[in-house]
Amino acid sequence: MDLQKTTASELIEQLDAGQLSCQELTRAYLDRIEAHDGTIGAFLELDAEAAVAQAIAIDKRRAAGEQIGPLAGIPVAVKDILCRRDALTSCGSRMLADYRAPYDATVIARLRAADAVILGRTNMDEFAMGSSTENSAFQLTRNPWDPERIPGGSSGGAAAALAASLAPLSIGSDTGGSIRQPAALCGVVGLKPSYGRVSRYGLVAYASSLDQVGPLATTAEDTALLLQVLAGHDPLDSTSAPRQVPSYLEQISEPLQGLRIGVVRQHFGSGLDESIEQAVRAAIAQYESLGATVEEISMPHAEYGVATYYIIAPCEASSNLARYDGVHYGYRTDRQEMLDELEAEQSELAEDQADQLDSALVRMYRRSRAEGFGAEVKRRIMLGTYALSEGYYDAYYLKALKVRRLIREDYDAAFQQVDVIAGPVTANVAFRCGEKAGDPLSMYLEDLYTVTANLAGVPGISIPAGFSAEGLPIGLQLQAAPFQEQLLLRAAALYQAATDWHTRRPELA
Amino acid sequence: MSLSRADVERISLLARLQLDSAELDQLTEQLGQIVGYIEKLSELDTDQIEPLAHTQDLTNVIRPDEQSASLPRDAALANAPQRDEECFRVPAVLGD
Repeated sequence: MDLQKTTASELIEQLDAGQLSCQELTRAYLDRIEAHDGTIGAFLELDAEAAVAQAIAIDKRRAAGEQIGPLAGIPVAVKDILCRRDALTSCGSRMLADYRAPYDATVIARLRAADAVILGRTNMDEFAMGSSTENSAFQLTRNPWDPERIPGGSSGGAAAALAASLAPLSIGSDTGGSIRQPAALCGVVGLKPSYGRVSRYGLVAYASSLDQVGPLATTAEDTALLLQVLAGHDPLDSTSAPRQVPSYLEQISEPLQGLRIGVVRQHFGSGLDESIEQAVRAAIAQYESLGATVEEISMPHAEYGVATYYIIAPCEASSNLARYDGVHYGYRTDRQEMLDELEAEQSELAEDQADQLDSALVRMYRRSRAEGFGAEVKRRIMLGTYALSEGYYDAYYLKALKVRRLIREDYDAAFQQVDVIAGPVTANVAFRCGEKAGDPLSMYLEDLYTVTANLAGVPGISIPAGFSAEGLPIGLQLQAAPFQEQLLLRAAALYQAATDWHTRRPELA
Repeated sequence: MSLSRADVERISLLARLQLDSAELDQLTEQLGQIVGYIEKLSELDTDQIEPLAHTQDLTNVIRPDEQSASLPRDAALANAPQRDEECFRVPAVLGD
């Protein structure tokens, strides 16, 4: 069994045909992780024993002729941002290093109901804030195509695990590009569903009006397979959409005739890497040769996406992350050190300045948060708190919400003209570890092609579409109108039937 | 609008973050750069535009008023940094 060449859909066929047992399959992935993850660092923790036990149980149920789920025995890697009952869920943060969730996220419950085998949790940027996974409090994850480079982020572990064939399916989350960008940089498929398509219950919140959980896989078909399990209304998430879920798997092989593709003029400005522009244009030409029509469209507000995103997301984050107060769960500072510090400060203050000193409770909050959060999380909390503070709300937050509507209207107008928008996922291929540390603004600007989909709530998919001269993967992004995921999957399948970029795998040391 | 070190210090109290002197210096510079970039939005005339806080067309999502199980107390307290049998424990809020 060559794990680098087999898709989840093929594994399901082999399991169904009795050519392979779930136990053999799970052990094969665990062995491969053992052999390679020391270099890659995709996983924060493996649930090896539980995974094998579950695989054996599924083999027994299959042998007994019992009903089994659509992902029966298929190993899945889960980003460290989804609550799993009694398991560690740390969200890449020291703040939650010892946190054990008291319940399952809906996405986890759906995976369990589908009889997927959860291998363990994958590394990520702390609280999903970052584009390189370097903001994890625990470890670096390396790009399987070049270990000197980052895998992208924040779902860097999820994408690296797939690229290195350490799992056939992977779960990520995307607030401003965190599924699509690492998928592009690691040469795999990543889908950010429409806002409301997948339940956010049990997803550790970053920016609640933008966050979505979604699938990563190596083919369009496998992506459809996983989305089918994840998607659907959930009474526990009042923002999840009460609408029917189409049959993604059945529709994926339907012929796609007369597909209208929009190409955004503003996507090809300065700053886009030449090899990426070439690959994206070649992919669009490929679609034309497959019968699609291509139209140039304009999204005049696309260039304001990053500025809008970096107001709205930090504002929501500053509010969401207020819950980490060192009281109910998560990290708390050392009590005695905190009291000693206050006492020392008090002795230095004049009597009439005593009211400037934090109370013990406020100092406990401040020290716990200072010690529990990393630099990027603090930066975004500070930015959001500032933008929401008295006197600045209208100038920043309200202004950003208005521009958000303009961005949404750009999409609405575009989808009157075309079915999907095709373009780049990133302006550059994977950069070297440490290259952008200390320059947060330049890191934020990397998100320009992905943030607008989150702001507008539309779905987007990244599919492998070539390689740079130095052999690094390039992604093609397709976006569609809200709840048109089936169109993205069919368009991706059409491209993959005609190309083989998605079958390339890195040689691991 | 430029951001002063005093502004950053004031915000750090609002955000319940304790920042040391080096962090205050660094954040004053970095937040200044980011806010400078964000000012780009002022190029757009948005006087007549309605804000969009959320992309889902949903209002007043309600559920049936039925009792269901909630988190048992022990499970709710299980991750507490400090607790007693029934409550979370915190430093004294009033007095010493």
